[in-house]
Amino acid sequence: MAEFEIVARADFSDVTYLLEVRHPQMARAARPGQFVIVMEHEHGERIPLTIADFDAAKGTITLVIQAVGKTTKEMQQNCRVGTHLHALVGPMGIPSHIGKAKKVVCVGGGLGVAPIYPQARAYKDSGAYVIGVLGFRNKGLMFWEDKFRACCDELIVCTDDGSAGIKGLVTEGIKQAVSAHADIDEVVAIGPPIMMKGCSDTTRPFGIKTMVSLNPVMVDGTGMCGGCRVKIGDGIKFACVDGPDFDGHQVDFDDLMARLGRYKPTEKAALQAWQDSCRLRGGAGHEH
Amino acid sequence: MAKKKTIRSIPQDRTPMPEQAPEARVKNFDEVACGYRLEDALVESERCLDCADQPCVRGCPVGIDIPAFIKKIADKNFHGAYDVITDTNLLPSVCGRVCPQENQCEGVCTVGESLEPVAIGRLERFVGDMAIAEGWTNIPYIERQRFKIGIVGSGPAGMACAADMAKAGCDVTVYEAFHEPGGVLKYGIPDFRLPNSVVDVEIGKLRQLGIKFENNTLVGRLFTIEQMLSEMGFHAVFVGTGAGYPSFMGIPGESLGGVLSANEWLTRCNLMRGRDFPSFDTPLQPGKRVAVIGAGNTAMDAMRVSLRVGAEKVYCVYRRSAAEAPARAEEIHHAQQEGIEFLWLTSPLELLGDDSKNVRAMRCERMELGEPDASGRRKPVPVAGSEFELETDMVVFAIGTNANPILGQTSGLKLNKRGYIATDENLATSMAGVYAGGDIVTGAATVIMAMGAGRKAARGMKAFLGLRDTAAVYTPAAADDPVARIFGIDRRERGFARVHL
Repeated sequence: MAEFEIVARADFSDVTYLLEVRHPQMARAARPGQFVIVMEHEHGERIPLTIADFDAAKGTITLVIQAVGKTTKEMQQNCRVGTHLHALVGPMGIPSHIGKAKKVVCVGGGLGVAPIYPQARAYKDSGAYVIGVLGFRNKGLMFWEDKFRACCDELIVCTDDGSAGIKGLVTEGIKQAVSAHADIDEVVAIGPPIMMKGCSDTTRPFGIKTMVSLNPVMVDGTGMCGGCRVKIGDGIKFACVDGPDFDGHQVDFDDLMARLGRYKPTEKAALQAWQDSCRLRGGAGHEH
Repeated sequence: MAKKKTIRSIPQDRTPMPEQAPEARVKNFDEVACGYRLEDALVESERCLDCADQPCVRGCPVGIDIPAFIKKIADKNFHGAYDVITDTNLLPSVCGRVCPQENQCEGVCTVGESLEPVAIGRLERFVGDMAIAEGWTNIPYIERQRFKIGIVGSGPAGMACAADMAKAGCDVTVYEAFHEPGGVLKYGIPDFRLPNSVVDVEIGKLRQLGIKFENNTLVGRLFTIEQMLSEMGFHAVFVGTGAGYPSFMGIPGESLGGVLSANEWLTRCNLMRGRDFPSFDTPLQPGKRVAVIGAGNTAMDAMRVSLRVGAEKVYCVYRRSAAEAPARAEEIHHAQQEGIEFLWLTSPLELLGDDSKNVRAMRCERMELGEPDASGRRKPVPVAGSEFELETDMVVFAIGTNANPILGQTSGLKLNKRGYIATDENLATSMAGVYAGGDIVTGAATVIMAMGAGRKAARGMKAFLGLRDTAAVYTPAAADDPVARIFGIDRRERGFARVHL
């Protein structure tokens, strides 16, 4: 099968890597804010990944992945240029609404830096004044600064240890942007749930509209299982078909984080079993 | 000629089907019902009276010529029996297993008026399974047409429609969002009722008809229905995407860990093979004490899967009584044999969590049946002061589904008040050339109802495209004029197959 070929790969750090996958139809259809579901091999699980970039001319989509568990570590090991994914379906979810906002803050935390990029670019293309706020644990984990410089009017980099940009979390960056600009229409934040919660709490007193992209556990991604249900205001929504973008001030983040923890024990077991089998095969997992 | 069979001369008892013993089968995913052996099928086929009335044919949603195929079994012409069935139904191994025959063909069987009805489903399955074992196919001569047909969804509705359109000579492509085709036959119905390998073989037969399956394709997002009709060049489209979007009750505690829909639970177990974790990567986290809410076939499947992945106690929680349960009687019986406890007339009020936000118990109340409601069913009303706590570490909702919103979001198809696709009596939608059927039109129903809808939509599509409906017999008034007929075929009849001599 010649489908879903990986045509490029880049490693941003020990744990973060980029895959560019050929899928011309999806490259044409994708819009900022959408995601895909990937299966690496026949016995694999289906995992959701946000589309970090798409290029209709080249016919590719770009995924940025953090190796956190069995599947993502296995993909880090196996997904080389020229290999194929077993399944790749999308684009899924409702595209982000790129409204008429004149001044926007686009916040990306850690891996969320990748998916916030197409949104920042779309806002720039729509004529908005874009302030980028990127958060990393340290300078070594930084990536795509140049891509953001090209589409942001201002860029604020934050690192936990102060090794690049300002020292502190992205919420510090948001506060800096808000104090410098009284006329911010919207904040868009993508990253770990705790970070998106922090961003929503930061903007709430200012009454600035804040959109977040939720990342609950998913199976099918087409609205038929409800594994990704999230509490929004008083109601229940399925992130895969009603989202993944929601109003951050309406999201019950504590509920989201509790649900994300449900499979922790089995996830750990899966990772352990895989690492053990890698050692048995003579450390194939550490060849580089 | 043999003497005409009568109700007194046929074998009086329905031939039993060998089954795995309950103690053994709860430990495996092998089929519970093992199927008729040759001798069983021959005995059972003698029970058909071949009555003139043929109510069974009318009772079958796709109208299989049941007496004809049973006669062929009795004559030991099994390939012939297979050909009779597959003239109308391409998936006998599937339908013989999962159709609710007691409400369809067997429910109206003449023998059933005084004895147990002929086991039509078991005989159909016998023929289908023999065809799989022997590698038989029934590929008719197909005259190619220029029409391109797109089918959205590869479940029973889509497969039935695809088969009919392919037989009519169309170039058919089926789009499936999952990585494997089959829809509910794959992700929903567990292997102990319908092995996925059987579904794969039957799908293989559709491929032999020239039908193409495109997996990993989410129509509505990768491209729209409108794009299929315009730039992609499809002359007609059938939408059979199923209902999806599971319902929850809206009671407190539904987002606790260990609370999930039957669709999610079954998809993880069946399609993703979570039951074989960690050699398959999808985790399950099965409960020890499982409560399944609902009493339909989906609920029975969810409960029986739970037992097989290690639950110690499984409850069925249903707010009405056994008499109103929508599941097949046979499924409820099998579930009871396997040790599932039924809490009839019980309704959940709240799910209670522990410190780590996992479910630990369900607060329920007892119900009693009151006056019949608008649908004629007696409405359950709570019994005052009957609340109790049921200890459980996993709760599965199997109370039905709602319409999937994707096509409503992304196409101009008119929807009805409940969000399902609106169609006319021929299953045509508001968009010319687009037909829809199955759960996405009716809400959750049965496999065979979906297949019937797929075939009905195919008839509508053929009429729309101006294709001759091969099922309709053309009987012109002047057909007895010998000049108008060549080799018995009326000259004015269009589209008959050419014969190469």
